[in-house]
Amino acid sequence: MSLQPIQDPGLPSHVNRKADADPKAAKRAEQQVAILFLTSALGTVLFIFSYVGVPQDQLIFLPILGTTNAHQLFLGLGLAISLFFIGMGAVHWAKTLMPDHEVVDVRKEQRSKDEDRAAFVATIKEQGATAGLGRRTLIKRTLGLSLGLAGLSPLLLLRDCSAELPGEELAQTNWRAGTRLLTDPGDRPIKPGDLEVGAVAQVLPLLPAGRKRTLNDIAKDALLLIRIRPEEFNLDAERLSWTYQGIIAFSKICSHMGCAVALYEQSTKHLLCPCHQSTFDVTRAAKVIFGPAARPLPQLPISVDSEGYLVAASPFNEAVGPSYWERDSE
Amino acid sequence: MKARERAAGAVANYVDERTGAAKWMKKTLTKVFPDHWSFMLGEIVLYSFIILLLSGTFLTFWFDPSMREVEYEGSYEALEGVHMSAAYASTLHISFDVRGGLLMRQIHHWAALIFLAAMVAHLLRVFFTGAFRKPREMNWIIGVGLLTLGIVEGFLGYSLPDDLLSGTGIRIAEAIMQAIPVVGSYLSYFVFGGAFPGELFIPRIYTAHVLLIPGIFLALITAHLMLVWYQKHTQYPGPGRTEKNVVGYPLLPVYMAKAGGFFFIVFGFTAFLGAVAQINPIWVYGPYTPAQIGAGSQPDWYMGWLDGLVRMSPPIETHALGYTISWNILIPGLIIPGILFTLMALYPFIESWITGDKREHHLLDRPRNNPNRTAIGAMALTFVLVTLINGGNDLLAVHFDLSINQIMWFSRIGVFVLPPIAFVVTKRICLALQRADREMVLHGKESGRLVMLPHGEFIEVHEPLSPQKAYQLTSHEQLPALSAPETDERGVALPKGIRQKLRARWSRAASEQIAKPTVEELKEIEHH
Repeated sequence: MSLQPIQDPGLPSHVNRKADADPKAAKRAEQQVAILFLTSALGTVLFIFSYVGVPQDQLIFLPILGTTNAHQLFLGLGLAISLFFIGMGAVHWAKTLMPDHEVVDVRKEQRSKDEDRAAFVATIKEQGATAGLGRRTLIKRTLGLSLGLAGLSPLLLLRDCSAELPGEELAQTNWRAGTRLLTDPGDRPIKPGDLEVGAVAQVLPLLPAGRKRTLNDIAKDALLLIRIRPEEFNLDAERLSWTYQGIIAFSKICSHMGCAVALYEQSTKHLLCPCHQSTFDVTRAAKVIFGPAARPLPQLPISVDSEGYLVAASPFNEAVGPSYWERDSE
Repeated sequence: MKARERAAGAVANYVDERTGAAKWMKKTLTKVFPDHWSFMLGEIVLYSFIILLLSGTFLTFWFDPSMREVEYEGSYEALEGVHMSAAYASTLHISFDVRGGLLMRQIHHWAALIFLAAMVAHLLRVFFTGAFRKPREMNWIIGVGLLTLGIVEGFLGYSLPDDLLSGTGIRIAEAIMQAIPVVGSYLSYFVFGGAFPGELFIPRIYTAHVLLIPGIFLALITAHLMLVWYQKHTQYPGPGRTEKNVVGYPLLPVYMAKAGGFFFIVFGFTAFLGAVAQINPIWVYGPYTPAQIGAGSQPDWYMGWLDGLVRMSPPIETHALGYTISWNILIPGLIIPGILFTLMALYPFIESWITGDKREHHLLDRPRNNPNRTAIGAMALTFVLVTLINGGNDLLAVHFDLSINQIMWFSRIGVFVLPPIAFVVTKRICLALQRADREMVLHGKESGRLVMLPHGEFIEVHEPLSPQKAYQLTSHEQLPALSAPETDERGVALPKGIRQKLRARWSRAASEQIAKPTVEELKEIEHH
């Protein structure tokens, strides 16, 4: 340890506050504390008044805040004043009137004395020996086995957290060959003529009669329908055959983390996911052109049925939504 | 004896005869706590936790943690007749039909944000002053655990209302689970009770949010505070303060009044925010449905850096043999945060390994006096700040009329380039400050008084420092670099392992200091 260049001058001597020396100042401080506590009491009065007297749907206009709910506002301000000024009073009291002489306490090293440590080790050895754990290996091993096995039972109990296990279900949607596309909201079948060039629509599949649509269905079925001029497509022959008169259908569930890909920019024909900004090019089968998504949005082949309504020509040929281990992405 | 004193005496006697607490209480009530504004950061964490328990309990009286589909018929007309989960409907009920309900919701949310912000500020204070050193490593680890739990608890909390924004967050969490190789889809199925979203996750995360995690919190906070109590608080260096003492104010009455009063101040401030600052207006977002989303979807700030990491990730997936590994989710969502938090938890041990310092420390460091540590902290902070900025790239792009792609590329490059720059710059600043301290001790402080000498030269008069100030600037110790032993105690040459080389290198970097004035130098100055 190097020698300190300047020796410790010790604690600075105590400097009296005004209230320490002057009884008048002390009296003044006492009054200030009382005023703070009284302000708090007024806050509680405001709180009670707001609870009872201000109707819950009363609106009020205030600068900066704008139009706001008076009931919640005054209730909150009352509570804030009542609590804040109790605190201010207490702190002001402590700072002006309570003794401010610094106190010095000694600090001992955390480590026990050597003899205590030796005694501790001896005790452990002695008491351990009486149980004979070190000697009786049979007991030790069977105990280890039973504890380990017992630890497994809670894991087993958690098995029924899910009745189903993930299998093919993750890769399946309600889109079949011939499934009609329904508007969402509205549940109406769509004809190609309903969509103008440049339009975008969210659609869901027509479910078999009697089957109620759940959020689980929507989480995989949601589809985006976009119409552009057919000559603007930059697709191979197969993908082009999946479109119908310039109408192309993509899964709306982001291939990155499953958010709804909801932002469509008409001028660039880009789809953007607002969660992580993955950007997909509609003209090139939703190819990823920016952001963290690694795969295009799955495209659903569409055509029209005998009545002229848009239908799925076949199911998705890959799983929709985010990737998972068992997903066959080839 | 006054009646009041007699009554107090009777109570004290009753308790002491049954517990023997008098001796312990006497010692406890006069326990000394050092005073400094930065020690209040941890207090804010504790107080917002209490506020969270109180406001949260209030909310549970009306919140219905169920995903049962209901038709809304409350006083918020815009959603009249809309189908939604009971959780969302009851949150609307709390916001519009329970007196003070919205206020309590907003207090709860603000308190959660303050809870985490204060936790991070407290962590930075502990880090930059070296308060985590022996014997406080265990408390540091408990603290890292509390921070991790706090982030999870906050996320679960804002997921409960089942609005469009929170459901989107849950969807992302599900995607992260699914991305884990081999077990991912099983994990997700067990958590959600089947395919996403199912009808079980709200009741499940409710139990975790109101019972399981708060219970662990209570246990860990108790352990954290007991250790602070038992080991006694650290103190800043200064005249009269040593490794062997603790200087401050006694618990009764000063500290009790200040700390108790501060609780009310924090509560009052949070209530003020709850009154005037709208937060999480779930009625604007609408109920959750997987097919919709709000533009500018943002997590709460403490999740923002994770979201920023995920956003900046390059689009890499591996497909092989019919299986998929989503590196674009695994690396930013699990691997980097895992490494970051592990390094943070291990930092006290890493530092003591580098410096070879195994002694107890109760005097805090001024951040400039440990340039290496301060620079490491600045580096980590810069990393998180860049990711946080990227987490808000959509909002930044809109507000500042920037291109989202440019912000993303700035972050992708910045996350690698800026932290090392921050390290170097911070270290240089620390050394410059040390140099300034040294100058001040040797030559006194500038007085601003210019004097013309007889021969025409102008000088500025320097005033000598007070002994207290001079001591404060010179009392810190400067550890020399470890010299790696070439041979063991029996004189056999030791193999030069990579570990030893690394350690020697780090140790050299850690011991880079501006030498403080020596006794001789000071004497020499005096003779002038």
